[in-house]
Amino acid sequence: MNLLTYGLITGIIFGFIIQKARIVRYDKQIGALRLLDMTIIKFMFSAIFAGMIGIYLFYDLGFIGLEVKPTLLGVNIIGGLLFGIGWGLLGYCPATQLGALGEGRLDAFWGILGMLFGASIFARVYPALQETLYTWADFGKLTLPQFLGLNHWIVILLLIIFGSLLLGWFEEKGI
Amino acid sequence: MKKNNGWNPYAAGALAGIVSVLSVLIVGKFLGASTSFVRSAGLIEKFFSPQRTVLIEYYIKYTPKIDWQFMFVIGILAGSFIAAIISGSFKLKTVPDMWKARFGPGVARRAIIAFVGGVIAIFGARLAGGCPSGHGLSGLMQLSLSGFIAVISFFVAGVVVARLLYRGGVKK
Repeated sequence: MNLLTYGLITGIIFGFIIQKARIVRYDKQIGALRLLDMTIIKFMFSAIFAGMIGIYLFYDLGFIGLEVKPTLLGVNIIGGLLFGIGWGLLGYCPATQLGALGEGRLDAFWGILGMLFGASIFARVYPALQETLYTWADFGKLTLPQFLGLNHWIVILLLIIFGSLLLGWFEEKGI
Repeated sequence: MKKNNGWNPYAAGALAGIVSVLSVLIVGKFLGASTSFVRSAGLIEKFFSPQRTVLIEYYIKYTPKIDWQFMFVIGILAGSFIAAIISGSFKLKTVPDMWKARFGPGVARRAIIAFVGGVIAIFGARLAGGCPSGHGLSGLMQLSLSGFIAVISFFVAGVVVARLLYRGGVKK
């Protein structure tokens, strides 16, 4: 099988899962941002817990390499905040809006159109940003364990403990 | 299982985590989505003005083409459609319920805000270096520091905007 077929199959499985988990919906996404319904957080945490164990297990065994994105505080924070503003307005993220459209949520179409337009704008301002924002606070490709100077399994354990406590609190609150 | 027939979010999340790991293990691909909007925008622009598009630096960095991730994103649409049809939860809706309760059933109003939100969101995601898939799932799975910083920023701004939009509105 070629790479494109793998991409399509992975997408179909992923789309199937996120539709079944209901996290593609505007009401779930904004529900989380309004702190009323933490379904998407529960999904995310669980996916990350399973994922980090798997990734670091196979990494330690030498089967896979990591693809850590560089830590550039300026762009990570400003870009992150901008994304959050857009996300709060749209109520979908780049991947979930495709899932939302798939289950008939037609407003996701406008989000997709907006994202194509926004990507085109970004491509044009990128050269200017490269000389400014991208040069701020560049820490290179850094992981949390490297930053803290701890073994990655200790960090994974700590994240699972604190994450589970937070999830337990959500469950207690019924959100 | 809840009354709406949805999967338990913890089980579904774990499954998604396993799929992400398998994707890395089998084809060496970490899940992500926002780069595909860049490549797609480039493909559309290339169709209308091929000469100008090849000069844009960002489209040299991210060549406009159909790649693994593009197919992944298209697959999400198909997978969700299949799941929705099988479970009978496919429903054509122009305005989400929560939105309707606060802002009314106007399609144009929702379309404009969704479009503007999309423009800002992708601009931010590209600047940050990823979206909730690339930074959120794939980044945090690798314990990447940039992932933690980006995801916290996503939520902080998202919570503020949702709060402003729904302030004084109906609680449900």
